[in-house]
Amino acid sequence: MGSAPAEGTPTVGLRDVSKAFGQVIALRSGSLALYPGSIHALVGENGAGKSTLVKIMAGLYQRDSGTFEMEGQPVDFKTTAEAKAAGIAVIYQEPTLFPDLSVTENVFMGRQPVGRFRRIDRKAMRAEVRGLMERLGVRIDGDRPAEGLSIADQQIIEIAKAISLDAKVMIMDEPTAALSGVEVERLFAVARSLRDEGRALMFISHRFDEVFALCDTITVMRDGAYISTDAVAATDVPQIVRRMVGRDVNDLFPKQEAKIGDPLLVVEGLNMPGVFHDISLNVRSGEIVGLAGLVGAGRSEVARAIFGVDPYEAGSVTIGGTAVPARDPSAAMGLGLALVPEDRRKQGLVIDATVSQNITAAIRDSLSKLGLITTGAENDAARVWASRLEVKTRALDAVAGTLSGGNQQKVVLAKWLATTPKVLIIDEPTRGIDVGTKAEVHRMMSELAGQGLGILMISSELPEVLGMADRVYVMREGRITAELDRDEANSESVMFAATHATEAAA
Amino acid sequence: MASLTAPAEATTEAARSYLDHGAPLWRRVLLTREMAIIALLLAVIIVASAALPRFATPVTLGFLLLDVMPILLIALPMTCVIITGEIDLSVGSMVGLSSVLFGIMHQTGLSIPLAALIAVLAGIVGGAINGILVTAVGLPSLAVTIGTLALFRGLAVGLLGTTAITDFPRYWTQLAKAKIGDTGIPQVMIIFVLLVIIFAILLHFTTFGRGIYAIGLSPEAAHFSGIKVGRTKLILFILTGTIAALAGVYYTLRFGSSRGDNATGMELQVIAAVLLGGVSIFGGRGALHGVIAGVLLIGVLASALRLAGVTADVINIITGVLLILSVVTSSVLSWVQRRRARPRALSQGGSSAS
Amino acid sequence: MTSTEMLTPVEEGTSFSSRVGAIARARETGIVLAIAIVIIVTTIKNPTFLFSLDGWRDLLLTPSILVVLAIGEAIVIITRNVDLSVGSVLGLSAYLTGTLFIKFQGIPILAVFLISIVFGALLGLINGALVAFARVPALVITLGTLYAYRGIDVAWAGASLINASDLPPDFLALGTKTILTIPVLTIIALIVLIIGAWYMKNTRGGREFYAIGSDPAAAELYGLAVTKRVLSAFVVSGAAAGLAGVLYAARYGTVNSQAGLGFELDAVAAAVIGGVAIFGGSGTLWGAAFGAVLLLTINRALPVLGVPDFWQRAVVGVLIIGAIVLDRILALRQSRKLIEARDTAPAVVEMPVGAAEERGEGEEGDRG
Repeated sequence: MGSAPAEGTPTVGLRDVSKAFGQVIALRSGSLALYPGSIHALVGENGAGKSTLVKIMAGLYQRDSGTFEMEGQPVDFKTTAEAKAAGIAVIYQEPTLFPDLSVTENVFMGRQPVGRFRRIDRKAMRAEVRGLMERLGVRIDGDRPAEGLSIADQQIIEIAKAISLDAKVMIMDEPTAALSGVEVERLFAVARSLRDEGRALMFISHRFDEVFALCDTITVMRDGAYISTDAVAATDVPQIVRRMVGRDVNDLFPKQEAKIGDPLLVVEGLNMPGVFHDISLNVRSGEIVGLAGLVGAGRSEVARAIFGVDPYEAGSVTIGGTAVPARDPSAAMGLGLALVPEDRRKQGLVIDATVSQNITAAIRDSLSKLGLITTGAENDAARVWASRLEVKTRALDAVAGTLSGGNQQKVVLAKWLATTPKVLIIDEPTRGIDVGTKAEVHRMMSELAGQGLGILMISSELPEVLGMADRVYVMREGRITAELDRDEANSESVMFAATHATEAAA
Repeated sequence: MASLTAPAEATTEAARSYLDHGAPLWRRVLLTREMAIIALLLAVIIVASAALPRFATPVTLGFLLLDVMPILLIALPMTCVIITGEIDLSVGSMVGLSSVLFGIMHQTGLSIPLAALIAVLAGIVGGAINGILVTAVGLPSLAVTIGTLALFRGLAVGLLGTTAITDFPRYWTQLAKAKIGDTGIPQVMIIFVLLVIIFAILLHFTTFGRGIYAIGLSPEAAHFSGIKVGRTKLILFILTGTIAALAGVYYTLRFGSSRGDNATGMELQVIAAVLLGGVSIFGGRGALHGVIAGVLLIGVLASALRLAGVTADVINIITGVLLILSVVTSSVLSWVQRRRARPRALSQGGSSAS
Repeated sequence: MTSTEMLTPVEEGTSFSSRVGAIARARETGIVLAIAIVIIVTTIKNPTFLFSLDGWRDLLLTPSILVVLAIGEAIVIITRNVDLSVGSVLGLSAYLTGTLFIKFQGIPILAVFLISIVFGALLGLINGALVAFARVPALVITLGTLYAYRGIDVAWAGASLINASDLPPDFLALGTKTILTIPVLTIIALIVLIIGAWYMKNTRGGREFYAIGSDPAAAELYGLAVTKRVLSAFVVSGAAAGLAGVLYAARYGTVNSQAGLGFELDAVAAAVIGGVAIFGGSGTLWGAAFGAVLLLTINRALPVLGVPDFWQRAVVGVLIIGAIVLDRILALRQSRKLIEARDTAPAVVEMPVGAAEERGEGEEGDRG
């Protein structure tokens, strides 16, 4: 695998870079050195400052202090165009392509090759894109619209863009989050070949197995500051995790024992072509059931279909024996189902509405008398639930968007707990939340299970799944590939099921 | 921590205390766009009354209200539609179509109330067409209502051609213009006031109304909370069509004439007034008192300027400039607000931390 | 180990009909076909509709003004905006044209063209500046300028009228003159169309309009000059309306303060019928031009077919709704096809050259 960190002048070097937004210090002291011919991993928890560092490199932000050099020369990018011109390409987690335009146009937007009379040379563009696609090992028709491409293909196009720009530095932010096993393989092969061409690559990821498989150097950040840089061969996962978290990661998951009763939620043969196939699962009273798998496996889609936000074509969902109609969230709610969705800001909360309005969003009918509802009644109910979940805000009419991630999640939870559900589906319960609130959320889930709720927990964080779940279903590419009991579930068995098509032995 | 599954008992709990409001009452009520428009309206009324002796008279007031009545009426459901993030450009054409159908039905012998009913029915159908195309077929309301604007107007003109129907019974045409005693206030204002009360309750004191605002702020999150987004929008489009048809009946009786080109361009007047009244074109924000002030402001300006001998075109210029100013200042204000709010959001690890 | 196996690559299922250029061309062909059908049916009823000097000339002449308006409008719509003020700009420009001829006897016709176009461009600049800098939706801004500009027009023109007798005969002749049986005004419109369409298809600037309409946020992230482009789109739309005003004066000879009233909706309708998506990012100027031709040809055909021309508006309405419903159905079908193609032809891929040797490193078992 990779060698020790290279010597010589780094292609990109940042030292003690800081960035603050008003009162908020997003980056205290960021340092990074990317060398040609190397794949460098940047790891850290949410809030560690990785994304701010990347945005400074990309020219989106200007740093407040510290040095930023490219090949030994100081640089200061005022715009993303300048950074691109200098050879820095960033491939974000969500690729930003123009859906109506063709793949070829997307690769060349803003810098199409021109001939006489400033006329775009389409033939040259097409030829180059064809060459790029071949080189990347992909058969994507350059004339097709970018709309409808899988995330994996969109990423490849972003990479094609970067190569076509002859980028010296390529930064990939969580690139494997939405990829299947084969697509990850393809991406790694491409990354290695780019490295061998002498480019400097950076790979931001939460997945240590991938980091250790692909990268040669690893930098850790924590709380906005640089912590360490090591050759991957010279360190191991526990050491890295300790540096990321600052303490031993042991008792983060206070799971109580709960009495497990009858099945509350029963899903049979749920099917939606192109999205998920033949999903059958159940959640019993007092149980926390984990739904694990890589991002893109279809878990959120299944959750949304169960709850009624998304449609499905075949199968059934029942709660306590009563059938839950499809495509009808309010009916599902009425039967005792609740869904805390994956995207807090766009799906879980009306981000521009007040805390009070958000907390009471699902219980308005019960708060209204003779069909009429008042802010006073809303505030009374909101006060109780905000207090129970210990939401930190000064006033109930604070706009939800001004709260921290952890408090926002508490508001979403409050909204759903206020409906006194029987079954709670919670999608990525602790994503984007600080460690302290994480523990609170886990404690809450445990307590809820103890009080008889059935909980279906979708999570991409293996420690969370292994720590909290009584049973784990694993999904891969739209299918359930395994059902594991608490004692059968460990990193190997879950990851195996998440990346292989065959059913693992129970 | 109290049990998470016990039902809420407001009086005995609240381990933490929360303020109801982050800002004092006067700030919340006075520092709003609605208050700004109301203040502007009052200022214009005062200036006009002082400068023009014939302005502050029952006669002028009466004509003013009779003139803006259709716009006042349609502005009510239009406010709701715009708050949900949609728009309805077909209302002027619906007024025309309703006027034509009303006239034709009456001409074929139906009584006035019955003819009016048919016209209102047409409004319901027209609104439903808009609503179904937007919610069930999933088309953008701007494009759909540009189409129905042409369609309804086309039907109106097609049915009546260039002729006009003018023989309406005196009883009804007089009723449309009748005033309450000596006050100069038209009796039809009673209908309007009733509708204002209904819409105010609907928008500000019902679950349905809460849903309207939520849909405007975030249709996705609203759907995830169990709000029936499609049904809400459909109902609002039907309401808009119905009230536009009602306005059409009034318009016809008021002028005693049913023509295919009645109320051409009225949709723009309604939308201009609604936006002037503080409703955000992006959805999720706005209130009825601002809108009513907006309609009255345009009406008062038109009336005063007419009395002052200024021609109608200047009124149009002023309406246009006012509209532009109001949205530009609102945009600038929210930009300023966002700049101030951003650092706080980041401090708590919000949007851009990774 | 399968590393050295060259897996047969599967062509990602994009049929001809899914390619970007092909979609637009299909729409244009459809409209041309519709125009042809209308003309054929009407000509059967009354041969002079097409087969007479006047008929042929009117067929080409009538849409010319709307074509110019629709071109400018289409550019604005493609950037995900809308310009509702073009009717008022046309009115102002037409009145300006007449006034110039009256006040400056003997002024060269070309000068009048240029002045009116620049005048329209300036009015468009006001729209563009407000939209691009104040970040207010174009719908509202151009609604405001629709009012304001029309008000200025009425204030300026008052009750007076520009008559044909006020205009120089050379200028009026433009309205009816033909070159090789094609009316001059139509030739002007055609030139504008060809230049405009070439620009939109073949220059970086033109493609950036599409990008901005397709995904404004991505365009910003990319560093595209969004403000500059949006500004230009409105300037062009205003200039086109300015030109259309001159053509209007030449064609009709009479200009009052109501000239151009309601034209903006026809322009938007023409674009939408022509395949320009109301949310931007797709559609062509040729399509918008054909949409304008279809619209006005149907209007002229109706009386011949025995339908009183009072029903014109209704026909326009049905066409608009039909066009956007059709677009929606096609878009749904296309994205379903693309998603299904993605699922049924899973990532079976040639490994890039040089990657084969890497596969032995440190991976347990084989993945995938």
